[in-house]
Amino acid sequence: MRLTPKSATLIVLALLVAITPFFFPSGYYYRVGALLFVNGIAVTGIVILTGYAGQISLGHAGFAGIGAYACALAPVHWGLHPALAAVLGAAISAVLAYLVGRPILRLKGYYLGVATLGFGILVSMVLNNERQLTRGPDGIEVADLGLREVLKGWGLNLTNGEFWYFFCGLCLIIGAWLALNLHNSPTGRALRALHGSEVAARTVGVDVARFKLQAFVISAVYASVAGSLLALQNKFITPDVAGFMHSVEMVTMAVLGGVGSVLGAIFGAGILTLLPQVLTVFAEYEQMVLGLVMLLVMIFLREGLLPSILKKFWGKDE
Amino acid sequence: MTKTLTTTALGLLAVLGLTGTAVADIKIGASIAATGPAAFLGDPEAKTLEMLVEELNAAGGINGEKVELVLYDDGGDPNKARTFATRLVEDDEVSAIIGGSTTGTTMSILSVAEDAEVPFISLAGAIDIIDPVKPYTFKTPHTDRMACQKIFEDIQKRGLTKVGMISGTDGFGASMQAQCKAVVADYGIEIVADETYDPKDADMTAQLTKIKNTEGVQALVNPGFGQGPSIVTRNYKQLALDLPFYQSHGVASDGFIALAGADAAEGVRLPGTALLVADLLADDDAQKPAVTAYKAAFEAKTGAAVSTFGGYANDAFLILADALRRAGSSEPAAIRDAIEATAGLAGTTGVYTFSATDHLGLDLTAFRMLEIKDGKWTLVE
Repeated sequence: MRLTPKSATLIVLALLVAITPFFFPSGYYYRVGALLFVNGIAVTGIVILTGYAGQISLGHAGFAGIGAYACALAPVHWGLHPALAAVLGAAISAVLAYLVGRPILRLKGYYLGVATLGFGILVSMVLNNERQLTRGPDGIEVADLGLREVLKGWGLNLTNGEFWYFFCGLCLIIGAWLALNLHNSPTGRALRALHGSEVAARTVGVDVARFKLQAFVISAVYASVAGSLLALQNKFITPDVAGFMHSVEMVTMAVLGGVGSVLGAIFGAGILTLLPQVLTVFAEYEQMVLGLVMLLVMIFLREGLLPSILKKFWGKDE
Repeated sequence: MTKTLTTTALGLLAVLGLTGTAVADIKIGASIAATGPAAFLGDPEAKTLEMLVEELNAAGGINGEKVELVLYDDGGDPNKARTFATRLVEDDEVSAIIGGSTTGTTMSILSVAEDAEVPFISLAGAIDIIDPVKPYTFKTPHTDRMACQKIFEDIQKRGLTKVGMISGTDGFGASMQAQCKAVVADYGIEIVADETYDPKDADMTAQLTKIKNTEGVQALVNPGFGQGPSIVTRNYKQLALDLPFYQSHGVASDGFIALAGADAAEGVRLPGTALLVADLLADDDAQKPAVTAYKAAFEAKTGAAVSTFGGYANDAFLILADALRRAGSSEPAAIRDAIEATAGLAGTTGVYTFSATDHLGLDLTAFRMLEIKDGKWTLVE
């Protein structure tokens, strides 16, 4: 049977989630894995926005912040279940992305980057300064998701680390599946068309503004879900999650691994999640090594790590 | 494609596995913001811990066992701190954790340490860390509430009742502002002006002018750390605000005087630790030996001046080493019980006496009211 790129990607992800735990020497690796998957979800959103539609956002951490703080605040103030709070966060992120995206997606290139950057910083400022609501820069506790207890009731007794590893892994697979479906849908084709040339796309009848906005909203929801998952597993969240550096990190992960492919971007997220853990011994040189890796990838592997490596091995595109 | 990827993934895991450390007799873990925006806290803390472990091992270790320090740099990022705490507990299997330079990182480490039942000594200020008391969590720095109490106590002694506050909106400033408002009434003092500034602001004359023009204001209190308070101090001088001026323990370092200028900082008071005035301590002061020993060792080792923050790490390590000696085992539960039983241990920050209901172990005497005179710290009697 010939594998389509879509099913191949999903199989790789599923194997990765299911098999790697057999090689984990301790519970700490589940934590690293869970972080990798959360970052993977966020960058999958970036793939839709940047890889498919060719738009740049430097403010996606703002949406992650909204998702995270929805999980922290909604259970306390409205007695909402944390899972519903995550859904609420995603909804708020979508609405905000729609409202903000409408005017700023008219901008192009750097201007779009700057406008989204502004949005991210605004969210970060609100989280830092609205102390009576968000408890400010010192952060706030997040309620327990409670799903682990439910599983325990069903006879599935997982440690905290194991639970979050498999739960985030599952979310990532679902997220990747949706993104891959989008890639092959009429919307996906329209997005890739406007990525190639907005003028050409418009002449063949693509509603450029509408599709750009759609991509922006969808990717905002991904970032929001990633933020929610992070908050729920950490059970504590600070405004750092919405910080500018986090936005840059998301874009960097996606570009490093290959922003055109879901698996590539997740691969990039994996590298940038694992490297700091591997490099703890050289903590002082961490930034330098990251910078060097980035630089080399930009110069020699312009499509990103994974697509370039695959091309080398297979001699053709994915 | 499947094959290549799985191989890559396994390769990465192999690299991760290689970083595991050698087995030691007693393992102590630390996650500290040695770099990043909170490096002014974490850098002296990390250097202090490394120095103390070296000293201790050179002197024969604890009960004949060597101590190994596993130190990670979390860069002040709570998410990283949680990962490192998990790593310390699950992978390095340490007996105790020191760290959390900031409140955010501390809160992240705290839940991991409590879940794993590993003793944890925090180096961050917020009162939430030990109030309510959590079984495995302790901390060495005094709380910002205590700093407020010390300041208001001094204002009360001067017979003043109306103060103006100007606070930074960063974590430290905002937290202390809230704590000061909570305790101010206990001292019969009223806050008549309450202004804030962004820690990155370059000028605070507008806020200070507003306070200056407030009816009846008799003293000025500035909770904040970093460069903000230095700018406030300069502006205070430029506006010729002739009010008793209090800074917080957040700027208790020589760097503050240098940044604000000795001229502008003249007469500024703040609650600081004995460490800043090591030379001025009376010979019979309980803290004198601990303070001078740490100061001499740190300055000889690094060539840099001691800071209050390094002192917090020093005290955390002293408490832990003392507890390890008494516990006679590296079982986390035994260490926890020994830490809680610590009594009359003199550190650089104060004299610690923990109990089941008090995991900070300091009282107001731990703070010394200091005043800057001619660019030098002096003790206010």
